[in-house]
Amino acid sequence: MSGFILIATNILLFVTLYAQVLLLFTFFEKKSVFSNTGGGGGEPLKKHPIVTIIVPVWNEEKTLGGTINSLLALDYPKDKLDILIVDDGSTDNTRQVANAFKSNSSVRVFSKTNGGKHTAVNLGISKAKGEFIGCLDADSFVDKDALTRIVRCFEDEQVMAVTPAIKVHTPENILQQMQSVEYNMGIFLRKVYGSMNAIHVAPGPFSIFRKEVFDKLGGYVKAHNTEDMEFAMRMHKNHYPIANVYDSYVYTVTPKTVKALYKQRLRWVYGFLENAIDYRSMIFNKKHGNLGMFTLPAAVISIFAALFFTGLAISRIITGIMKRIVEIQAVGIPMHFEWPHFDWFFVNTSETAVVVYALSLSTVFVILVGKKLSEGNMKPHMSMVYFFLFYGIIAPAWLFKAVYNVALNKKTTWR
Amino acid sequence: MHTADWKKYFYVLLVTAAIFVTAFFVSDTLGNKKIEDIQTAQNRVSIDILSSETQFALLSESSCETVGDTSLSKDLDSLGTKLSYAETNLTNKEEVLWLKKNYSLLEIKDYVLMKKLAERCKVKPVYVLYFYSNKTGACPDCQKQGAVLTELRKKYPGLRVYSFDYDLDLAALKTLVSLYKVEPTFPALVIHKNVEYGWKSVENMETDMPELVTLTGTTTEATTTVEGKK
Repeated sequence: MSGFILIATNILLFVTLYAQVLLLFTFFEKKSVFSNTGGGGGEPLKKHPIVTIIVPVWNEEKTLGGTINSLLALDYPKDKLDILIVDDGSTDNTRQVANAFKSNSSVRVFSKTNGGKHTAVNLGISKAKGEFIGCLDADSFVDKDALTRIVRCFEDEQVMAVTPAIKVHTPENILQQMQSVEYNMGIFLRKVYGSMNAIHVAPGPFSIFRKEVFDKLGGYVKAHNTEDMEFAMRMHKNHYPIANVYDSYVYTVTPKTVKALYKQRLRWVYGFLENAIDYRSMIFNKKHGNLGMFTLPAAVISIFAALFFTGLAISRIITGIMKRIVEIQAVGIPMHFEWPHFDWFFVNTSETAVVVYALSLSTVFVILVGKKLSEGNMKPHMSMVYFFLFYGIIAPAWLFKAVYNVALNKKTTWR
Repeated sequence: MHTADWKKYFYVLLVTAAIFVTAFFVSDTLGNKKIEDIQTAQNRVSIDILSSETQFALLSESSCETVGDTSLSKDLDSLGTKLSYAETNLTNKEEVLWLKKNYSLLEIKDYVLMKKLAERCKVKPVYVLYFYSNKTGACPDCQKQGAVLTELRKKYPGLRVYSFDYDLDLAALKTLVSLYKVEPTFPALVIHKNVEYGWKSVENMETDMPELVTLTGTTTEATTTVEGKK
């Protein structure tokens, strides 16, 4: 490897390893700036405040019913539950499905002209009765204990918002199974970030906020199709702590095709970069604690590190292919396939390779821990292998396009 | 709540640095193991050659049956592959260079032994000398030639290919070069005692060396001999 590339590789590997070690360190520290961040039952709630859950919908007639039913099945007093379905100008049968729930005293239905998800949520906020306000996407489902666990976390007065643990709803094909592994890792990450008060996105599905947050900071604003990220950053900018409850489970439906996944992730990464630019004053700013000093810079650097390593891998592959072509030119295509005889001698043992092996091991460990947090066991599954092998191949595509779009000022679409 | 954990960041920095240092150490140790591996293989080949030479010196014509060593070349072959891998991938450059010189010497010894055999036992050995250069731009066709020779070795396991890095600072090699009057034009191949320049394909080689066909059929012998030696 040329001198410059070797130095850049080592620096990025060091930084990546540092981030991994920090996450694992924090995880095993088992300390948190918040109390009540998960672990099942515990004391019964001291009181049951009224909680408003806003369900913004746009053309989701098929899934809305399931979502509302899961909310109604929450283990929480029905008279303290305020479910608001806000129809953002649907053109299919969504309104009819919503209206069917009107008979339930916990449910209210509002309609408006189409203006985007954040406008629907803001309408919900203005009509909310609850001391706490949260959202649920119309294609997501909640576990019956999800709300109780979150409300328990709010018993810590300093907590201004709580994020749940998001899982993939019944993964069917390999792509969804790979995402399931990824979401489980996300549960691990959010738990660790939560314990450091460094969460940089309060995800749409079932993040719950104290009403005063909206009173003091205002509602959601248009933000590069990732309003939930912008809101979390705004909260941090104003020093409002965000906690995480790692076993408050919410299930969301994930893209089934590579194309749909690509579009979703492109929107997320583009949104993150644009929001990070908007809130760049927080990056490496001591005033914003672990978010400013770790999470934000790490998220930005990881995008570019991934692209760098992908570029390196691609150039290696191309060199390898060119070599093969020269050989084939010389001796023709081999008649029969010879299974390569494995000799440990030829395994790469340069120091960068050894660091990469160490990183791979820790990643596997995080994958297993994520599964433990999400499903209660550490049993390995084939989907982990697929995730490990193939995500590194697909992800760079949307990372690259997102950076490209940001650099050239192109916008993304929601759907 | 809103302050970063400076102590933790510092500890993690120490741990990460420790892991990096360990990685260097592990890599170094493994690199040395690889060099030892090559060294051991070379020692094996060296003893084999020495044993054959001694056998030869002790007995006269009757030793011809016992010294039919195709296994030697197979060992030399795998040594060659490991050495070129080591040259590009290992960091102990000095040691690898020393090993390379040792390897070239072993090749020359094998070459000399083979010629003596040919003379004494009236057999016609099938061999080719190959001179290459690693200097940038000196030999654009060397990769192709290397592939051709590897392919030929697979097809005709009895073929002896002696490859030499022309620029290697080795007295015996320089003697060999002057013996055949090899010019620094690459790739240079010595076939039937004549030097030829420019790359040759598998077909070219088969045309130039029709005796290659007499070699097929020695495959099984070679493998069993190697297995036995292992």
